[in-house]
Amino acid sequence: MAALQTDILRLQGFKPVNSPAVDMGLGPIRDAFPNATFPLGAVHEFLSDKTEDTTATGGFMAGLLSSLMGSSGAALWISSSRTLFPPALKSFGIQPDRFIFVDLQKEKDVLWAMDEALKCGALAAVVGELQEISFTASRRLQLAVEQSQVTGFILRNRYRHLNTTACVSRWKITSLPSEPVDDLPGIGFPTWRVELLRIRNGRSGVWDMQWRDGKLLPVYKSLSLSQGQQQKTG
Amino acid sequence: MASRFVSIWFRHLTTDWFAIRQLAVAKHSGEAKPLLKDLPFVLRAPSHGRMVITAANAIAEMKGIAPGMVLADARALFPDLEVLDDKPDLIEKLLKRLALWCIRFTPIVAIDPPDGLLLDVTGCTHLWGGDERYLEEIVKKLNARGYDVRAALADTLGVAWAMARYGNEPLVVAPGQHIEALLPLPPEALRLEVEAVERLHKLGLHQVRQFIQMPRPSLRRRFGPQFMMRLDMALGQEMEGIESVIPIEPYQERLPCLEPIVTATGIGIALQQLLETLCLRLRHEQKGLRTAVFKGYRVDGKIEQIDIGTNRPSHHVAHLFKLFEIKLPTIEPALGIELFVLEAPKVEDHYAQQEQMWEGSGGLEDERLSELIDRLAVKAGAQAIHRYVPDEHYWPERSFKPATLQEKLTTTWRTDKLRPLHLLPTPERIDVTAPIPDYPPMLFRHQGKLHKIVKADGPERIEQEWWLQQGQHRDYYRVEDEEGYRYWLFRLGHYHEKTYQWFIHGFFA
Repeated sequence: MAALQTDILRLQGFKPVNSPAVDMGLGPIRDAFPNATFPLGAVHEFLSDKTEDTTATGGFMAGLLSSLMGSSGAALWISSSRTLFPPALKSFGIQPDRFIFVDLQKEKDVLWAMDEALKCGALAAVVGELQEISFTASRRLQLAVEQSQVTGFILRNRYRHLNTTACVSRWKITSLPSEPVDDLPGIGFPTWRVELLRIRNGRSGVWDMQWRDGKLLPVYKSLSLSQGQQQKTG
Repeated sequence: MASRFVSIWFRHLTTDWFAIRQLAVAKHSGEAKPLLKDLPFVLRAPSHGRMVITAANAIAEMKGIAPGMVLADARALFPDLEVLDDKPDLIEKLLKRLALWCIRFTPIVAIDPPDGLLLDVTGCTHLWGGDERYLEEIVKKLNARGYDVRAALADTLGVAWAMARYGNEPLVVAPGQHIEALLPLPPEALRLEVEAVERLHKLGLHQVRQFIQMPRPSLRRRFGPQFMMRLDMALGQEMEGIESVIPIEPYQERLPCLEPIVTATGIGIALQQLLETLCLRLRHEQKGLRTAVFKGYRVDGKIEQIDIGTNRPSHHVAHLFKLFEIKLPTIEPALGIELFVLEAPKVEDHYAQQEQMWEGSGGLEDERLSELIDRLAVKAGAQAIHRYVPDEHYWPERSFKPATLQEKLTTTWRTDKLRPLHLLPTPERIDVTAPIPDYPPMLFRHQGKLHKIVKADGPERIEQEWWLQQGQHRDYYRVEDEEGYRYWLFRLGHYHEKTYQWFIHGFFA
């Protein structure tokens, strides 16, 4: 069955990434991806409506980045309005000093810098904070990563309109109330609702995840909200 | 390689020069005047209203005439003494000229007023077939020009200087033998102040060996730190630099054009050529440039220039060209550019890295990354690029500091206290309802929205660092509202003082 699936994917033009598969610690989400591997060397799009959700998205993204960067990788954070607090990255398993922040004035410059950065194979990942991205621009980024096999993340905070993009996936992370740990008072581990709205050659779905002891864990059984409809895009 | 130095002592620098000049003039005009070099003669200069001898040639010195004597006294002793007027600044000029002439022996030559030259000859002597031959050649060449010189070669400048003036043959001190060579010399050989020398003689210390073994503290107490410094310089325990008359050639390439260049393509080609020659030179010397300036000298006399900087030394032509390329359109050729100059004012050592068998994500050390950062910095300005390392402060805004790409961590990132992923640049005021002192709030209103707090952690008190900033402490609470959003709030000041205020400072993931 699995072999058949791989064959179908290949016939559909899906190129498996030749870099060694990185275990992203995504647990049940993994099944949504083609070949059950997180697409590396691609651009992922994250949506959020407000600062609280942007923070949650940042947390989820930091979780992904920590496994991407490993013990020595470097990453770039390009933004025109950065509020990220570097020391906090440490609690997501990232050495904040291996992040290079590029703070630019205009969104156009962010796009240019991201395009340049995604061509640089020395990076483990590139994060760009962009409000809007046109299809053409996203296509450019996608072409850049296909050469360099760098993974890109676009964080779209307070986006105005949701257009089609060439990104391989579209995520939406929202904050959920944390669960008390062992009935102790206070705030528990960061908990998020992870919505995979679109994934090329995969299945979209919704999961409730928790960041605990340096990895993502499902809070309870994955909500069967996943419609089972396979969306094909790009 | 152990350093080797030559000190050349011109015993009669100015009188020799007068004799040489007179000889040349006499040869030219065919006059049969008695030659100065065979006569006792002195140079004079006015000092405090009388004529004083400033220099005497070898014959005059043999007769007991020394510089510093009043001319009238000398005339009384030797009525037939030849007297010439001394020229001010002659010594400086002569030494400078001789130093430039000495470049043929070594690239680093320094003048050593009032009567010497210092040469750094490290790695030069074997070209003349050894130390002795080298020194012999210098002395022979200078003698042939008419100068009476003594030169010595040793491991340190101090010993070379001492041997040239006070040492006995042989004047080449073998490597490692400089201390032995110094022992029999008089204290003057250490380049000391006159008072120190006099005091040493008064104490009966006529040779270096008599006091070199003495305890250092007592020497320092008696003769001062200057004395110790000179002694250490001679022994090679203290570094002594010399300032070369010709500074080591800067990294600069020039490209004159037959016809003035007006097109962008032409400028690009010029830049490419200059970069290639400069980078070739840098590669041979295992250097890489950190900053570079590309200048175009226009026909109308104006200079157009663009500059770039790199994060780590580089001699990669393609990369440097890309950096310049971003700024090339700002060059305004107007009527044309006739000369291009490429300078690298800041150059650092750059050792070729071992090629990697496969390309991995090399992290911060990767050259490709620093090249990317260079490109971003050229376009957006270096102030746009940030990297942070932890700083040892509890105050959240000060817990990290900007760093360069290569900087290593001096302390670790703290993980014991949770910090929000998003921090507001400045804390924002909020209205709060808190039940009892030092309890987390029940409600807070931020940007018109009411948040009902369900869970909370805290307080975590962070005190002001009074040596940096005055003010009240902060009591931080992590709170979670009904919708599951997590915030970082703090109360500024004590609850009971009635002057406290509540702020929101960040968002937790």
